[in-house]
Amino acid sequence: MNKTTMFYGAMLVVALVAPFVGYPLFLMKLLCFALFACAFNLLIGFTGLLSFGHAMFFGSAAYACAHAAKVWGWTPEVAILFGTACSAVIGAIVGTLAVRRQGIYFAMITLALSQMIYFFCVQAPFTYAEDGIQSVPRNKLLGLIDLKSDLHMYFFVLAIFVGGFALIHRIIHSPFGQVLKSIRENEARALSLGYDVDRYKLVAFILSAGLAGMAGATKTLALGLATLTDVTWQMSGEVVLMTLLGGMGTIVGPVVGAGVIVAMQNYLSGFGSWVTIIMGATFVVCVLAFRRGIVGEFEYRILKRRNGGH
Amino acid sequence: MSEIFGVPVQALMGQLTIGLVNGCFYALLSLGLAVIFGMLNIVNFAHGALYMVGAFFSWMLLNYAGVNYWYSLILAPLGVAAIGVVIERTMLKWLYQLDHLYGLLLTFGLALVTEGVFRHYYGSSGQPYDLPEVFRGPIDLGFMMLPKYRAWVVVASLLVCFATWYVIEKTKLGAYLRAGTENPKLVQAFGINVPLMITLTYAFGVGLAGFAGVMAAPVYLVAPTMGSSIIIVVFAVVVIGGMGSIMGSIVTGLGLGLIEGLTKVYYPEASTTVVFVIMAIVLMVRPAGLFGKEK
Repeated sequence: MNKTTMFYGAMLVVALVAPFVGYPLFLMKLLCFALFACAFNLLIGFTGLLSFGHAMFFGSAAYACAHAAKVWGWTPEVAILFGTACSAVIGAIVGTLAVRRQGIYFAMITLALSQMIYFFCVQAPFTYAEDGIQSVPRNKLLGLIDLKSDLHMYFFVLAIFVGGFALIHRIIHSPFGQVLKSIRENEARALSLGYDVDRYKLVAFILSAGLAGMAGATKTLALGLATLTDVTWQMSGEVVLMTLLGGMGTIVGPVVGAGVIVAMQNYLSGFGSWVTIIMGATFVVCVLAFRRGIVGEFEYRILKRRNGGH
Repeated sequence: MSEIFGVPVQALMGQLTIGLVNGCFYALLSLGLAVIFGMLNIVNFAHGALYMVGAFFSWMLLNYAGVNYWYSLILAPLGVAAIGVVIERTMLKWLYQLDHLYGLLLTFGLALVTEGVFRHYYGSSGQPYDLPEVFRGPIDLGFMMLPKYRAWVVVASLLVCFATWYVIEKTKLGAYLRAGTENPKLVQAFGINVPLMITLTYAFGVGLAGFAGVMAAPVYLVAPTMGSSIIIVVFAVVVIGGMGSIMGSIVTGLGLGLIEGLTKVYYPEASTTVVFVIMAIVLMVRPAGLFGKEK
């Protein structure tokens, strides 16, 4: 068994024991945001595209899933799939528009379109505007297992997270992932080698949007609500920060970043606007002095020591 | 009373002037963004926050120090420009060698901090800024009543926009600036202090945002969120117009303000999203933007 497998195995054991030690609700929120950040990292870290509107996928899937579970009474797995599909469709539309421009414009276009989705959610009748969709039922998994207990729900969320994470891991290490990385490193060269760059970017965008949606939909069932907060530009900023703090382009970085940010929000929730100020300051510090992020810095140190030993 | 497509002329004109006033703010802000992007290659996410700071400065000057509107029209943008100098000298200048994205992320963080600080001290609800005596009441144009302050905002903003255009496109200073945008190393070799020029460009760009903030203070409530709500629309304006041309930013800003005003009259539900819809259409038809050239 190599070190990576051992590491993932140990993490899985920790995740299986965690709900018996910590609060399942908090852990579920953490897993959902970790998956969200991993999905986002697929774009920024492995394709080099900064989407500043990922909340639109997270939020719209949250609404779609909440509607399916509450109004139509669908079972959780189908409701989550429905949410994922909705965000993938939105991802396809937004992606088609956004890949037409590069770099900084890409960020501005995704931000503007996500604001459009936000205003749509403010006005649409089925989102209940300021109130959001509240007390969303978890229903029975496959119509058999009742998820009312937080512990049952936790393991369901963990399964979704592991599935999503494994998929992202697979994508990154596939030939397709290699092409994405080559686009990140040198788009012009990838194009000259005959790769249809825009097509690859679009597929990566849709995958990322769908996975972000899956995270949003799962969050809705775990916490029982979908609100306007899920679609705001602040939420898009949060996921950027999680990824930046954990380490862009590292595989476990976003999970670590999400853990730090979710824990911080939890402990500082009584301080109101201080949360925003601290998040903003973290952004500034990360960009100025800590661009590799926590995991990136860690990997860099290990690599340096290994090379120094030779 | 006469009507146009079932809407009374007075109501239509009222919305159009509001649209024009908004368009002026879009123009001033996207102009500043374009000037900064040209020289620093950074998209200044903090632009909206600094616009809000400009509005708050003028509100503070009036309410804490009794300084009237006319002085704050000069002082508040200068204050914002001073903040700009500090930001550029202490933070942005370390980022020029890196990917453009880091500039966006850093200024986004600054915007969060600024908004958070003002929300901490002033709450989310806005503060009203009393209109100066001269501007109270409307002007009778025969077919409509035009509030004096709106007329002033339009005239003053257009003057500032065109002055900026003139300086950049027609004067020697502007020629240095344009040359610096094209090839900073060469310009430096000619003995021009490029780092100073970059600092002043950033200060000037955010100063414009501060100026727009002072102008906006009597129109809207002075609130911590006023910056973030306008900056996203301004980004869409910038995508539509393309950041390559000064005149393009001005025309696109004004035009979109007017379109927004018209939408408010004929189809109010879409008034918040119309700019984004136009952006999507422009991206499909002309990806480089109306005035942009694809590099």
